[in-house]
Amino acid sequence: MPLPSAGPPWVLDRKDLGLLLASLRSSGYRVIGPRVRDGAILYGEVKEEGELPIGWRDRQEAGTYRLERSEDLRVFDFHLGPQGWKPYLFPPHHLLWTARKDGGTFRVEAGATTDGGPLAFLGVRACEVAALRVSERVFEGGVPDPTFRDRRAALLIIAVECSSSAPTCFCPSMRTGPEVTQGFDIVLRELFSPWGHRFLIEAGTDRGRELLQPLPLRAAAEEDLADLEAQRQRVREGIHRALPVEEARGVILANLEHPRWEEVGRRCLACSNCTMVCPTCFCSTTEEVPSLSGEETQRYRRWDSCFGLGFTQLHASSVRSSISSRYRQWMSHKLATWWDQFGSSGCVGCGRCITWCPVGIDLTEEFAALRTKAASTGAKAGGVPA
Amino acid sequence: MGSETAAPPGSHEGGASPWAPTPYRVVERAQETADTATLALEPVEPAPPPGFVPGQFHMLYAPDIGEAAISISGATSDPRRRVHTIRSAGRVTDALTKARVGDVVGVRGPYGRGWPLREAEGKDLLLVVGGLGLPPLRPVLYEVLAHRDRFRRVEIAYGARTPKDLVYYDEIQAWRTRKDLRFQVTVDRAGVDWYGDVGIVSQRIPDMRFDPSSAVAFLCGPEIMMRGSAQALVDRGMSRSSVYVSMERNMKCGFGQCGHCQFGPFLLCRDGPVLPYASVERYFALREL
Repeated sequence: MPLPSAGPPWVLDRKDLGLLLASLRSSGYRVIGPRVRDGAILYGEVKEEGELPIGWRDRQEAGTYRLERSEDLRVFDFHLGPQGWKPYLFPPHHLLWTARKDGGTFRVEAGATTDGGPLAFLGVRACEVAALRVSERVFEGGVPDPTFRDRRAALLIIAVECSSSAPTCFCPSMRTGPEVTQGFDIVLRELFSPWGHRFLIEAGTDRGRELLQPLPLRAAAEEDLADLEAQRQRVREGIHRALPVEEARGVILANLEHPRWEEVGRRCLACSNCTMVCPTCFCSTTEEVPSLSGEETQRYRRWDSCFGLGFTQLHASSVRSSISSRYRQWMSHKLATWWDQFGSSGCVGCGRCITWCPVGIDLTEEFAALRTKAASTGAKAGGVPA
Repeated sequence: MGSETAAPPGSHEGGASPWAPTPYRVVERAQETADTATLALEPVEPAPPPGFVPGQFHMLYAPDIGEAAISISGATSDPRRRVHTIRSAGRVTDALTKARVGDVVGVRGPYGRGWPLREAEGKDLLLVVGGLGLPPLRPVLYEVLAHRDRFRRVEIAYGARTPKDLVYYDEIQAWRTRKDLRFQVTVDRAGVDWYGDVGIVSQRIPDMRFDPSSAVAFLCGPEIMMRGSAQALVDRGMSRSSVYVSMERNMKCGFGQCGHCQFGPFLLCRDGPVLPYASVERYFALREL
């Protein structure tokens, strides 16, 4: 079989999906993919096809997440679980270095940046591909973070295009999805119709093309492409939430003193859930852990959240003492000042912050409330910088 | 933005972790006030430390305790010595202020954008300083005095809470005798043994001598003091883009990745700490930003 190239996509039969996993594993990749755990779909190591959440799907709404069996045996019928891929590139708790006492001074040894061999992410959705690009700008745009850099460099991305949408999704208005168009080594598009259960499969890089080589593929036929078109249309029609990325920065910056911040501050519990599930939130703090012997000390980096009171501690007090000021910081950073700092939106429209907010605060609803008022006051403080 | 950096902020030799501190030895220590000390540090290894510009800061590491962002307060001309004035305000700074000569601490950096001194050349230079805002501006003063002919009038107004809170006391006495600069000192509260001015530092501004159309001002101190002083300078006819402030926030990394030092659109460790008043005025007015 010739090396699959760009052009009409190839088709991988559902029964041959296991061969893709085997191809990845025999090429030395540790495959990280979706698995059912603790009543949710979480990413973890996948060794066999049977570990994938076949026949599972989720129901999501603001403040709600439920797993249920689906009537068919689709492999990727679910949407997003609480945790994205972030922990694999930016670990929640990570050894930065160890300092050892050495004749009156100290010697510093950097911690390992990687954890085992190269990773293959299986099942990266369009919004998550976008989140990865956002994270690259944060962690590699200036001084590179050695951990992110080394893990990202070895990473293989197998994207999966969404075959349905959750009510919390708003990727189209964020211009990040639902179609996967770039940023992948391989992309799978699961089709389930009278024509059969199969995947359209496409390689985006040479690495991806090599991995497809041993697979029994056939060229896509007209009905495969028609199924895909119909599916894409259904997915788009199912997405009702919106937060227009082009307007976000201007509306937020023009409304930093809007009364809505107070209102949302009264509902927000400052629990930090939204920042923990967000695929782009990157704030961290450091921890010093001296050994009992006193001979060495370890420095860790740990995820932090702008919702914590200690986050802005300066001398004896905190700059953002009210919860409303912390919510404003989170939302205005994500949607507006991220552009100034990193040249992109910090939001990709995945909707995790909506699903996992225990009181159901909805980012798109908060934005709409700011925008309604903004329409009368005139949001001219600048849209997206060129 | 007109601010200056010596090397790219946070640049590191290939392969080294940007998080790793370098050991420096305390070679000199001076007690400035009851809770504030000045430490002169030199690297333990013979290799010279990276250069810096006035207004930049280091992440100082108190071994086994942690790090704090501390501005550099010594002269840029000394190739090895890095001077810091530290007030005890928490566990890390408390340990640093108690370090003794011979002790080893850690240094990362320098980080941030410093004072745009070149912009002040050929113009009047004003330093408006509150409390521990003097240490980050002392390297400016050293630089100005080393090249005094490059600047026109040099006016300093320094305010502290009480006479006991003044740092660099002896040096200030020497500066006050100079004919080529004017150094005013004021305190918020004082006993009858104080013979100087009493009042907040922004009240000194109407009395400062400068040409508003050709002057640059550097402000460093508490936010409320910088806000009042910047407004007083604007009221005297200065342009908002000729007034610079140095901002302070909690910092963990120093190179734009921990998210702690955000101030509106700015990551202060990377975009600041020195910023033109023109670009921060709007955010100064917002509470709890």
